[in-house]
Amino acid sequence: MGLKYLQDVVTLKLNVDKCIGCGLCVQVCPHNVFAIKEGKANILDKNSCMECGACSKNCPVSAIDVKSGVG
Amino acid sequence: MDEGCKHYWVDGFIDTPIGKIRRINTSLIARDKIDGYMVRWGINRYSFTVSPGLYAVGNPDDTAPVLVTANYKLTFDILRKELYNQNLWVIVLDTKGINVWCAAGKGTFGTNELSNRINRLQLDKVVSHRTIIVPQLGAPGVAGHEVTKNTGFKIVYGPVRAADIREFLDNGLKTTPEMREVKFSCRDRLILTPMEMIPSLKYLVIIFVLLFVLNLINPRGFDFLNTVKVSIINFIPYLGAFLIGTLFVPLLLPYIPFRSFAMKGLTLGAIWTMIYIKINGVFLFPDSQLVIAGNTLLLLSISTYLALNFTGSSTYTSLSGTLKETIVTVPIAALASIVGIGLLVASKILNFG
Ligand code: SF4
Ligand code: SF4
Repeated sequence: MGLKYLQDVVTLKLNVDKCIGCGLCVQVCPHNVFAIKEGKANILDKNSCMECGACSKNCPVSAIDVKSGVG
Repeated sequence: MDEGCKHYWVDGFIDTPIGKIRRINTSLIARDKIDGYMVRWGINRYSFTVSPGLYAVGNPDDTAPVLVTANYKLTFDILRKELYNQNLWVIVLDTKGINVWCAAGKGTFGTNELSNRINRLQLDKVVSHRTIIVPQLGAPGVAGHEVTKNTGFKIVYGPVRAADIREFLDNGLKTTPEMREVKFSCRDRLILTPMEMIPSLKYLVIIFVLLFVLNLINPRGFDFLNTVKVSIINFIPYLGAFLIGTLFVPLLLPYIPFRSFAMKGLTLGAIWTMIYIKINGVFLFPDSQLVIAGNTLLLLSISTYLALNFTGSSTYTSLSGTLKETIVTVPIAALASIVGIGLLVASKILNFG
């Protein structure tokens, strides 16, 4: 049962150049938005993001930006 | 010792280099379950707290894992009941009696509280390793790398659900994608419905008073008992709209078309309103176009608005999305309600004319 919310409103942004591929964003995301491919984070499913901010808070190199707040 | 030693679920003490540490009993008793129901129905919601600090489960030694949780009694109970036969340490953070997820959003389950607590407790004297397990739902408040910088302890994020803790520990502190995903099961949604209903009861009271006052103004004279009776029966369609917004939309969430919560509420609300229009007379409303139009606007607004409110409890809606639909829905629903009340009042005035 995949519950999906509104499309194309999410503010999540990833700066791939800064990313060091540590995988923390994958570990903290409650909706499996990220995956590591070839040593870098990738946004797999942006529309599933609920803007909780866990990824940007835990990224050690501040490669992720999201306007967080739980809706 | 602080007042925490009076907690009835403390069943003993463990000696450590930093003194006696309270040991947690992992089986829940009837009292815990009653507490749970009361909290969910909003009774005494904020008084069920656990005193913050370090606790032991079983007979932990200096190599035992360290878990972190919030001091909300329900959260704490859900965790401790999964810890039977384990030997480990539990740090309870002071989250002001709020669960991990909400406290992380507010920042009370956060980098500062966690770092200070670890340092103040002198956790480094209790355990010889340097790893602590933080529930993944706490991650929006905790910057793992900063906690490491402040305390020397490395953060590992544990599973979303306490029920997966055992497997996580057996797996060598690895979560699976399954353990990391926040689901929103029928049961999860059902548990939230009392929290939706209670704060919204005020709208029901307002509607009832409105219906009652309108019924009091009767060209055929004053009849208190009859007014009460008619008002109660008038009220049934409104009770339906209330239940749509607070119970049926949350329960049937995946089965109602549209992604927007407001549209989900409007969909069920429209079905209910059509039923109401067909049998208007059954609810003792006068056979008047104005009354039907007024009730229709009010019923649709109530079911839409209350369904939209549920975004606040859902576990997958983004703030950007919620803002987008709120900005559109709330003014329309407010306007429709005002027009609806206007129509009901107008029909009353015409009745006298
Ligand atoms: S947490 Fe940051 S650095 Fe680590 S993989 Fe994700 S984006 Fe890259
Ligand atoms: S903000 Fe939350 S839901 Fe969105 S990608 Fe980051 S961790 Fe996942």
